[in-house]
Amino acid sequence: MHIIVCIKQVPGTTNVQIDPEKGTLKREGVEAVINPFDEYAIEEGVRLKERTGGKVTVITMGPPQAEAALREAISRGADEAILVGDRAFAGADTWATSYALSTAIKTVSDYSVIICGKQATDGDTAQVGPSVAEMLDIPHVAYVKKVEEINDKFMKVERMMEDGYDLIETPVPCLITVVKEINTPRLASLKGKMNAKKAVIKQLNAQSINADVEKCGLKGSPTQVMKIFTPPQRKGGEKFTGEANVQAQALVNKLKEVNLI
Amino acid sequence: MANQINVLADKCIGCSICVSACPFGAISMVERPEHPKKFKLAVIDANKCTFCGACVQACKVFKAIEMKKDEVKAAVDMSLYRGVWVYAEQRHGVVSAVVYELLNQGRILADKLQVPLSAVLIGSNITSKAQELIDRGADKVYVYDDPIFAEFQDDSYTAVLTELLKKEKPEIILMGATNIGRSFASRVAAKIYTGLTADCTGLDVDLTTRNLQQTRPAFGGNIMATILTPRHRPQMATVRHKVFKEAKVQAGRKGEVIVNKVDASKIINRTKFLEFFKDCSAHVNLHDADIIVSGGRGLGKPEGFKLVEELADLLGGAVGSSRAAVDAGWIPYSHQVGQTGTTVSPKVYIACGISGQIQHMIGMGSAETIIAINKDKDCPMMQVATYSLEGDLYEIIPSIIAEIKKARA
Repeated sequence: MHIIVCIKQVPGTTNVQIDPEKGTLKREGVEAVINPFDEYAIEEGVRLKERTGGKVTVITMGPPQAEAALREAISRGADEAILVGDRAFAGADTWATSYALSTAIKTVSDYSVIICGKQATDGDTAQVGPSVAEMLDIPHVAYVKKVEEINDKFMKVERMMEDGYDLIETPVPCLITVVKEINTPRLASLKGKMNAKKAVIKQLNAQSINADVEKCGLKGSPTQVMKIFTPPQRKGGEKFTGEANVQAQALVNKLKEVNLI
Repeated sequence: MANQINVLADKCIGCSICVSACPFGAISMVERPEHPKKFKLAVIDANKCTFCGACVQACKVFKAIEMKKDEVKAAVDMSLYRGVWVYAEQRHGVVSAVVYELLNQGRILADKLQVPLSAVLIGSNITSKAQELIDRGADKVYVYDDPIFAEFQDDSYTAVLTELLKKEKPEIILMGATNIGRSFASRVAAKIYTGLTADCTGLDVDLTTRNLQQTRPAFGGNIMATILTPRHRPQMATVRHKVFKEAKVQAGRKGEVIVNKVDASKIINRTKFLEFFKDCSAHVNLHDADIIVSGGRGLGKPEGFKLVEELADLLGGAVGSSRAAVDAGWIPYSHQVGQTGTTVSPKVYIACGISGQIQHMIGMGSAETIIAINKDKDCPMMQVATYSLEGDLYEIIPSIIAEIKKARA
């Protein structure tokens, strides 16, 4: 079974600091990492491969530096990697990103499952996965927390909902987006790291995937950023100290004042 | 011609204000030894720039950055698109609460644009719910009522909604940023080639262009962006639960209900819904809760959640947690608040033993009131809290419980 995992390189937020004066992200020294949700997607891809046999291809759209994310994925068990990069893709919103990714995936023959993380931590939209499925005209299930069954005809998955979960059966090929609960990603193995070093990353661009440049990048993006501003920083309020019961009383009095109790 | 952005070398003084203003990290400073005063020069990486104009704004004193944007040509005849719509999401026959909030904001936008407000209701045995939507401000309700729509499935729902959007041509459609809404809206926007903006916290309209001004947090809420869909229609946006106020009920309000018949045999639905499993561990749903009591690493042990639960039950709230507590195996993932968990915006968020890592703050920072209980008065959560209580939570929480009981007695 051929499994494709779509990943994205995002700014690593674990070390993100906010400039207290300007309220903006300090970018200096922020390393780029694999989007945290995509780590679960990679792991699930590798697990499905281990269950069914076959291979895992990771694909990303991004600048040349994104190659690091692809090699990282290989070190964790992916077999092949594709970097879709072109000046024409710059400034893409979720529609244009989905267009570039799905057009690139069309050049990859015979895949069974495409796996994406539920969303990326820089944009938080959760839109690219389902949009890629629509553009490829395959079914998708979002927010998958477990793959119960998989074979070459269909897969049975648990879709996480606010009030529980739905059990859904979908034919393959299909696309799923996964949540954190689905697995615990493994660390890179020594063999994986060696594979990652040696791996030849397949490079695709707008021309090689035969993309319509009118639908790529900023030009092809229906949404446009009109302005960007920093929200007012949240300021601390009242600080209680002292004996527990005194603090508790003070708090409950405050909550009574604002009718919360 | 493509968009252009240039740094004027003679005006740039190397102050690097633009570097920190750029939300996309597209600007860097390079040495300029040939400059008489050795000023550095800002260089914009064309691969990362989205022409948002933040740097132009930041450099307004020196006017060293020039941007020329392409004239935008409409992708569709915009004059054909009129009306504001709300997707009336339902789950198991109950209209989701976020829909009433969308109707409230939708009504405001529709009145500004002087167009009707319509709702779309898709489900099974659902027609009777249409009047509820009219009572909350809808002028028209389009209904698809058929057993094939009993459970949400992306294929069948996308098929009917895109068909209806193509026929009726609204200019705006708002949907809830729920698990259903985010999946469904993405698929619809991809199919009809239009813009979709996720998780808007502010929505307004420009009356000249009729563009929807969609404001949303980016980069975990550290930056706000206002986004337009200037050339495509309908403009699609999702909005999280509790961002807008609920529309008030005006009982017996008049409106039109249009029941659309569907030929079920013509609807392609590739997925098969098998069964729903209700989550019985949560008394109150995290997404709907007005009050959330959350526990973190500071609880020290899984039993700490009994105390958290007791306080939550007393306040009629839901139980949340930090990632640390989930990773420690003290509580299931479905309770996790934060970047890799759920984003919530309750009226009151009580953080017990949660230090307030940025990833957690992203998930609850929009709570109206934050109450922090922690030993460490300097941790980030204590710094931003509306009320911070310093000390041992195993003493403070029972005291709060006792005080609340006393206040109610």
